[in-house]
Amino acid sequence: MKSANDTYVLKMDNIAKEYSGNRVLKGVDLHIRPGEIHALMGENGAGKSTLMNILFGMPVIHNTGGFEGTIQIDGKEANIDTPLKAMELGIGMVHQEFMLIPGFTVTENIKIGREISTPNLPSRLFGKSMETLDYKAMRKDARKALKRIGLQIEDYVKVAGLPVGYMQFIEIARELDKTGIRILVFDEPTAVLTESEADRLLAAMRAIAAQGIAIIFITHRLDEVMAVANSMTILRDGEFVARKEIKDTNVVEIAELMIGRKVEKLVDESGQPDDRQIRDDNIAVSLRDYHVDMPGEAVKGIDLDIRKGEIFGIGGLAGQGKLGIPNGIMGLYKATGEVKINGETLDLEKLGDALAHKAAFVSEDRRGVGLLLDESIEQNIIFSAMYTKGKFLKKFAWVHLFDSAAAKAHAEEMVKTLDIRCTGIRQPVGRLSGGNQQKVCLARALTLEPDVLFVSEPTRGIDIGAKKLVLEYLAKLNREQGVTVVIVSSELVELRSISDRIAIISDGKLSAILDPDASDADFGLAMSGSARKGGHEE
Amino acid sequence: MNKKAKEFLFENKVVLLFAVLCVCAMIVSGQSLTFVIPELFTRIARNSFMVLSLIIPVIAGLGLNFGIVVGAMAAQIALFATTCLGLTGISGFLITVVLATPIATLFGYLVGSLFNHMKGSEMIGGLVLGYFADGIYQFIFLFVLGGIIPIARKDLMVPTGIGVKNTLDLVDTVKYSLDNVPMLTILEVGFYGFAAVMVISVIVKLVKKQAIDWKKTVLTFAAGVVIYALSYIGPIEQFLAADRLLLLSAVEIVCFGTVIWQVLRLIWAKLRPKKDEEGAEPAVDVRKAVGYILAAAVAYAITYIPAVYDAMMMARLPVMTYLCIAALCGFNSILLRTRLGQNMRTVGQSRVVANAAGINVDKTRIIAMILSTVLGSWGQLIYLQNLGTFQTYGAHQQVGQFAIAALLVGGASVRKATNRQAILGIILFHTLFILSPLAGKELFGDAVIGEYFRVFVSYGIIAMALAMHAWKKVAKVKPEAEHAGDKPEAKSAA
Repeated sequence: MKSANDTYVLKMDNIAKEYSGNRVLKGVDLHIRPGEIHALMGENGAGKSTLMNILFGMPVIHNTGGFEGTIQIDGKEANIDTPLKAMELGIGMVHQEFMLIPGFTVTENIKIGREISTPNLPSRLFGKSMETLDYKAMRKDARKALKRIGLQIEDYVKVAGLPVGYMQFIEIARELDKTGIRILVFDEPTAVLTESEADRLLAAMRAIAAQGIAIIFITHRLDEVMAVANSMTILRDGEFVARKEIKDTNVVEIAELMIGRKVEKLVDESGQPDDRQIRDDNIAVSLRDYHVDMPGEAVKGIDLDIRKGEIFGIGGLAGQGKLGIPNGIMGLYKATGEVKINGETLDLEKLGDALAHKAAFVSEDRRGVGLLLDESIEQNIIFSAMYTKGKFLKKFAWVHLFDSAAAKAHAEEMVKTLDIRCTGIRQPVGRLSGGNQQKVCLARALTLEPDVLFVSEPTRGIDIGAKKLVLEYLAKLNREQGVTVVIVSSELVELRSISDRIAIISDGKLSAILDPDASDADFGLAMSGSARKGGHEE
Repeated sequence: MNKKAKEFLFENKVVLLFAVLCVCAMIVSGQSLTFVIPELFTRIARNSFMVLSLIIPVIAGLGLNFGIVVGAMAAQIALFATTCLGLTGISGFLITVVLATPIATLFGYLVGSLFNHMKGSEMIGGLVLGYFADGIYQFIFLFVLGGIIPIARKDLMVPTGIGVKNTLDLVDTVKYSLDNVPMLTILEVGFYGFAAVMVISVIVKLVKKQAIDWKKTVLTFAAGVVIYALSYIGPIEQFLAADRLLLLSAVEIVCFGTVIWQVLRLIWAKLRPKKDEEGAEPAVDVRKAVGYILAAAVAYAITYIPAVYDAMMMARLPVMTYLCIAALCGFNSILLRTRLGQNMRTVGQSRVVANAAGINVDKTRIIAMILSTVLGSWGQLIYLQNLGTFQTYGAHQQVGQFAIAALLVGGASVRKATNRQAILGIILFHTLFILSPLAGKELFGDAVIGEYFRVFVSYGIIAMALAMHAWKKVAKVKPEAEHAGDKPEAKSAA
């Protein structure tokens, strides 16, 4: 590492970006010295990926009106408007989802887009694209790059079928093979790796940095940051929070900086008397050794008891498994272990068994799983109850006929109670705004008259007013009808404002169950998984 | 071993099924080899070029190019123009090719640009585009020609003078113009072309001040001269004066050529000291070489079976056309070894990865479409010059379906196609195509039913081949999906 602090290889100043009126970056600075490992941290939605997209000149940025602010590479102003330009400036990226082609060999993947070729007659006439590929030289280069990161692998095997850890290394080898690489971005590289693979990766990162290449390390794992990074930048809600040298800080401070914000009360509870009786021996949902095989949100063994009548929050960072919990219970993904609802064991193999046990679910995937977008509001509200409970049907001789009067009355009542803004109950839900669609989902779940209501990301993509209404209604439902509400959300603020207890899930396991009033540091540590590994380290 | 055999059967089930069907049709129709083989080789010459032109889009991830119909239309527009001008013979054919190329390039660019707007549904898009283009084509040929653009050649038009006749006769113009090029001419032109390439290459190198391997250049040139000089020897000259090659001679040449080539390679490998350098070319595989020699010997022996011998004596191959087909095979495989070809493969495998690697995905796809459309238009010209009649409104209509069906029968899929699959597919598809009406007639006693049989076969083949490939894909995906826990079908559990 160079000692002079003012020589930066990358200086991004005052970067701002807006997507159709929504400001996702509000004046962010990012300064990186050559040969240092710089951690870029922040919760989901803090603006990390947008910042990286800007750095790479991705089309998604320039198709939506560009960005504000300046980028300097090696002290020179750079105008990065295509990924190719970024590549030429020596910026490389190790992607979270691998940018590798399974059907190609290791060599072909490493040299992708930068094949070595020798001229021939057609290429002299028609240009460089007709040049013949020089496999021998390509393989030589590939072997050299693999050697640099210490990966023992034959350069002619196909990537398909290699272990995940190897693929990551091939990605790195590809970036290293680019001549003049100066900045290398690692986007959550350890998320998919086993512990020993992650250790090897961190060692490789140190080795790369020692060769003078600056590394931007995006991760959620605080312990990894403490282990390898030299300095860090923290973003929160698109705002620049701090740039710190790792040696001047500690895990608790970082955690606080990451999520710390004043907890605004989203729910006004003053008018509602809390006369609920929550007892530890009256359990609504009980999970034992619970696993869910949901891609990207795997649950890896959770024991949890949710008491009857409480609002139970489940939080955690994206990809850690919190979404897997309700999806597994409802049978949408393969789940194993023991799940009891009101003391009765669920048959996890049977789709819809949870519904039979009076559990309802509002999915996080509104448009995909939650709603029939082309159907009317009325149909969306009643169809689950109609098919599973036989509601809104009248018996006529031996056939069951649709009771349109009852359905209409119910739908209209729901529209009124939940304040769904629409032209009428016949309007297709696809035309409603996100917030109103969410309310329709909620209305449908309520039509099932559940004892336990699972709500997954109830406020994702909806505005603050609708957010407040949805949360208030959940609280009201809980207070007045005694429904046990399990709310899964990435937004800690909303969990803390209405939950009685909050479970934090990290790496598919239960990290901690916290009080909504617990300190920011506690939440931060629990989310980064540090708490589970032996509490406060510093 | 048993498992391996099973895997082989499953991997090649499309090809095997159609091979079995061919044999069955052969037996049912009661036709002899002397009828089928000459017919088959005519059709191979006629259709191979078109089928081979479909390979590039498959590699570039555009799927089966139903848009090839547009290339055929470009060829027909050019052909009408040269027919109007009264151009004949090989020169007329070459001018038609030259004329068709820019038209096909433009069409290919347009189709490619359209496909870039509908990534993922190129096949259905190409199919519908074919119908749409057919409408415009008919508008031009039925109304614009004669109606707006005056056409002097009244004999090509319908009696009212507006619109082109339904059938144009090519017998006096370009029929067999390519097929009839004598071998001697080919050799001569080939030699001059070779000499020109050598000279241009040297000049370019001199201009760009690159090193020239004079020894190698002179040796290569000398070899060319020797081969050319051979053609002045009396018997050889006589043999080469013909424009058709007896199938028997062709088989003999291929067999002896293979043996000589493999023996030379073995000797070369013995003489040359082995380089033990890492990443060096693998040494000649002796077992493989011996295998080739044995296969050649067996193939030669088969020609002595009387029935086969008779059939071989009946079939005469148009040399130039087969050379064009071979050249296209060569082009396809050489292209894959260039930077452009590698980019196409990358784009075909994953557009996201290609984009991240700095490859211009849209441009690469357009180039692939242009190449395919131009080659397709040439293919259509080869087809028409061999057929000798030009169905103005029908010649292009089923070009796409037939070519794609042939490719699929050869074991190609939406994502993978090779020269070998194309050739194998043409052989199987056209065998079935020749025999199925006859078999239908034998079975049901009615020639019309036989005709239905033919249509049924070609469309049925596409559907069946696609379904069988889908089955293969499902069988491959299944074990992984079970492991990963795929999403259940029912989505309304909430």
